[in-house]
Amino acid sequence: MVKRWTLLGIALGALLVWPWPPGVGGEAPFVTLASTTSTQTSGLFEAILPRFEAETGIEVRVVAVGTGQALRIGRSGDADLVLVHDRAAEERFIEEGFGLVRHELMYNDFVIVGPGDDPAGVRSFADAVRALAQIAAVRATFVSRGDDSGTHKAERRLWRIAGVDPTASSGAWYREVGAGMGSTLNTTAAIGAYTLTDRGTWLSFKNRRELEILVEGDARLANHYAAIAVNPGRHPHVKREAAARLIEWLLSEPGQRAIDNFRIQGQRLFVPSAASGR
Amino acid sequence: MRDLTEAFSTALRMILGGDPELLEIVRLSLEVSTAALFLAACVGLPLGGLVALLRFPGRRFVAILLNALMGLPPVVVGLLVYLMLSRSGPLGGLGWLFTPTAMILAQFVLIVPIVASLTRQVVEDLWEEYESQLRSLGAGPLRAIPTLLWDGRYRLVTTLLAGFGRAIAEVGAVIIVGGNIAHVTRVMTTAIALETRKGDLALALALGLVLLGMSLGINAAASLVTEFARRREG
Repeated sequence: MVKRWTLLGIALGALLVWPWPPGVGGEAPFVTLASTTSTQTSGLFEAILPRFEAETGIEVRVVAVGTGQALRIGRSGDADLVLVHDRAAEERFIEEGFGLVRHELMYNDFVIVGPGDDPAGVRSFADAVRALAQIAAVRATFVSRGDDSGTHKAERRLWRIAGVDPTASSGAWYREVGAGMGSTLNTTAAIGAYTLTDRGTWLSFKNRRELEILVEGDARLANHYAAIAVNPGRHPHVKREAAARLIEWLLSEPGQRAIDNFRIQGQRLFVPSAASGR
Repeated sequence: MRDLTEAFSTALRMILGGDPELLEIVRLSLEVSTAALFLAACVGLPLGGLVALLRFPGRRFVAILLNALMGLPPVVVGLLVYLMLSRSGPLGGLGWLFTPTAMILAQFVLIVPIVASLTRQVVEDLWEEYESQLRSLGAGPLRAIPTLLWDGRYRLVTTLLAGFGRAIAEVGAVIIVGGNIAHVTRVMTTAIALETRKGDLALALALGLVLLGMSLGINAAASLVTEFARRREG
């Protein structure tokens, strides 16, 4: 019997001296950023945020989800700021009082990728909308994010302009996978289909198989990223100052230069746009 | 095929080279799942004993419920814990969302039914065997629980390992409540999910091999220890 209580005592003691991982108890200041899978999988944050952390001592914790979910995380006050790419949803987020100010940070563009043998024959179409209409016309398989992300919304916008309702063919040639950009590219590559992707994820993506960029350069394929701090009026616990400092840094000359200098295989993934955005 | 060989060599290189990022991820995985297991044992072992031996109305139903909960879908647990811990949820004030604590909680919820249910089985079997002896010593069911738990300790190690295995291999719940934040809440499984998303299948598989190796090592160690202890006691 004595032995048993000793064991229990040891176990409880072990719990008390447990090397609690960060997030429990006292720690360095940090700020939680809800952002998109496209920015995380491209490796942008790993490349630029350590500089901000070294400069300010503020740790940035990135939760990478789709733009829709990132804004919902902001709405419920579970992040201090968001960095997303869906202008209409961002403006709604601010109008409803959840976000403070929209700061344009950078942009890149979307591209339509597909198998090299291009069964729909859309290669080097200058008009992205016509390319989608063509894909729909020949019922070539198209993989959609289907996750309410910024890229998904951009895709649906293009379909609307094309006057096509692809969801009517959902499960047939139109496949909604409900996944992040990287997973969607994995699926697209595996079944040899078409999809719309941001250039950043595409450049850093390693499992391309037969996929190639087929359509690019249409002005309607522009992809703008913006940062918005969560309104402390709505959620008093948010770290207003740390969030403001991060946004300030991202907009500043060093922050914009860090974005500018982020390259993969010599290619620039994001073009800083703070000066023009403000 | 190229991916497979590349995965094996990457895994080997990372382990032998003591890749610091890998070590950090492994350490966090172990910490989170060990904490979850410890808490689940504190609740699950006594709970299993009580359900095994106490006679109360609805006991059979509780036993069936515990069995059914062993198959809780991790995503659902993740979602529930997420909603509880969100700043807009009932426990939002704790500020636990996107921390390792939230992951411990989610894994705890997942494995308590496993520990409790398997413990109930072990204790019930032992009670059938020793009931008359224990009763002749004046020990009723309630008094017998600690004795039987102690008696069944070798079998209970397997129970705990089952819980640990489920906790450390799980991805659906921890990616929702932890957020897969680098250096904070990134564990083996969420790192694998991330590398898969990046299309770096070789690195993802290499991490998977490390996870598999870890599970094998832990299980082998546990069975060696129990075997050794059993022999020593004769």
